[in-house]
Amino acid sequence: MTKEALLEVRDLSVSFRTEDGLVRAVGGVSFCIRKGEVLGVLGESGSGKSVTMMSVLRLIRDPNAIFAGEVLYKGRDLMRLPEQRMREVRGAEIAMIFQDPMTSLTPVYRVGWQIAEQIRAHQSISPNEARRSAIELLGAVGIPNPTARVDDYPHQFSGGMRQRVLIAMALSCNPDLLIADEPTTALDVTIQAQILELIMRLKDDFGSAVVMITHDMGVLAEIADRMVVMYGGRIVEEGTREEVFYDPQHPYTWGLLGSIARLDRPKPQRLTAIQGAPPSLLHLPPGCAFAPRCPQRFSRCEARPPLHDKLGTGHLDACFLEPEAKRTRRAVGIADPGLAPS
Amino acid sequence: MSGVDGDALLSLERVRKYFSTSSRRLLRRPTSHVQAVDDVSLDVRRGETLGLVGESGCGKSTLAACIVGLHELTSGRILFEGTQISGLSRRRLRPFRRQVQMIFQDPYASLNPRKRVGTLVGDPLRIHGVGNEREIRARVHDLLSLVGLSPEHFNRFPHEFSGGQRQRIGVARALALSPKLVVADEPVSALDVSIQAQVINLLDDLQDELELTYVFIAHDLGVVRHVSDRIAVMYLGRIVELAPAEALYAGPVHPYTEALLSAVPIPDPELSARRERIVLQGDVPSPIDPPSGCRFHPRCRYATEICTRETPALLEHGSGRLAACHHPLDRGVVAARASGGARL
Repeated sequence: MTKEALLEVRDLSVSFRTEDGLVRAVGGVSFCIRKGEVLGVLGESGSGKSVTMMSVLRLIRDPNAIFAGEVLYKGRDLMRLPEQRMREVRGAEIAMIFQDPMTSLTPVYRVGWQIAEQIRAHQSISPNEARRSAIELLGAVGIPNPTARVDDYPHQFSGGMRQRVLIAMALSCNPDLLIADEPTTALDVTIQAQILELIMRLKDDFGSAVVMITHDMGVLAEIADRMVVMYGGRIVEEGTREEVFYDPQHPYTWGLLGSIARLDRPKPQRLTAIQGAPPSLLHLPPGCAFAPRCPQRFSRCEARPPLHDKLGTGHLDACFLEPEAKRTRRAVGIADPGLAPS
Repeated sequence: MSGVDGDALLSLERVRKYFSTSSRRLLRRPTSHVQAVDDVSLDVRRGETLGLVGESGCGKSTLAACIVGLHELTSGRILFEGTQISGLSRRRLRPFRRQVQMIFQDPYASLNPRKRVGTLVGDPLRIHGVGNEREIRARVHDLLSLVGLSPEHFNRFPHEFSGGQRQRIGVARALALSPKLVVADEPVSALDVSIQAQVINLLDDLQDELELTYVFIAHDLGVVRHVSDRIAVMYLGRIVELAPAEALYAGPVHPYTEALLSAVPIPDPELSARRERIVLQGDVPSPIDPPSGCRFHPRCRYATEICTRETPALLEHGSGRLAACHHPLDRGVVAARASGGARL
């Protein structure tokens, strides 16, 4: 698993002390990201996908947050790095793009200045050179007429253009790892298509690895190499994109695939919704977190299933059902590859 | 979905809604207009679900607000069961408001956090003076169980509910007055995927049970296809295509519809890699100063000179579909089929 691992997260847990008790946002998550690959992290709100990646960059400043585990980046444990050294990693080696392009830029500074600031924080170059790089980057991410737009304020840019600015900033120091947290969720589909194309092109040009956090399975079908499915603060399934889409092992993944109204299939009479709601992170069930909503649950689910490689192919899942039992129980149509559209 | 009678429950005739962007300074005249909805005509048939799709800023939410009477029209008119309802005074509009209710996008912002569920759902009945308190209470209990909540929730506050449950409260409130038409403006887009499916199934069941007519607005084309009988595609304030749902997805006639559909990510890696994708360049132009002629022409890969000059009319393209384009794609489809080419 550690072959050319760029980043390896080992048993990461994040909890928050609150008035109501301990909220366990991430409960022991391990995965690795290899050089140049795109790892998709799939999950709904509260699944812990954002907290996990924010913790990797140590961006959670809440004094009530409790962390445990290791985050190994090129052999160093980021969790134990002094803040000064962490600042050198953040932005320069690992960069992050956030969901909301409307609030991630400060409204009072010009766009070019904000990009240049990021560059100057990590490289000793003159303001003029930094400005020139900013113009170059704006051009690279497809902003028309970058020489003029560099002096615009964020409010003069549309949502898609602002997301491009954030991508330009993230790429300004040529990072080895780009973490994108729902970068297209706030955007229209046609703009989403532009941004995804841009991220993939830049990934190829710069050779960066990408972590794409999303709740949209369609986005991952398009760009992910490997996928991690999270639920209730834990990984419930991990495998290559093809494994997860064509041979999903966890009933939660089945539920997700059944819940989406798909354009590539004949219209079903009803969507197979997952009953109930995600668990409260304050009172997680002691066993499998998905068990209360799972149509397949049985007595063993009162214990917590480990993330196991039952198939022996590196395709992991956290479910007690045997692989053969899953094949018969999985609803028809959920896993068949390339069902031709009508 | 349910059977469609075919007669129009609601008709929009050349509806226009412009907003003036006046600066607040004295003596300054309004300088420009946002053409949010421009010359929209369509019928909503009794018992059907009409989907309304388009990107942000295309005017779909403004159109919804016009339908429920929250905006005054700049011009044009709206008829409900043959009676003109646009331009009526507030008082004369009131009986009509009971017939048309709305479900809002954000289940967090659309419920008053200081009111209990019983009050929230019962308020429409109180406002319209339907029944006494005891009857209202009974009706609210019925409504709560109708949308899959428990009558025990009567005395709870909105913050005690999850997003999906809140949206159910919003649905119960919209149904309180037994409306004929429900306008749902992005009713599931703030919800998680697994919860979206629950709410969609609920709306589906309610339509069958209560013989409702829906105008369903969403930007998620998968969701719209699932719920709609017919779909209207809007771009910059105008309808560019209107067609039966399956026909629209099987073969769009307007180039904008084609691009929009091809931009939707498909949750199947192989299909996704195989299909041809049209990535539209640039952003949607400003509705303050929309492009001349066909408003889509600056981003259209088929555009020619005529598109910059003449506004295409919304014309019949066979089997109940309309499209406004100088270079409609149905001709292209016929040609491609003849030469054996397949289109996705």
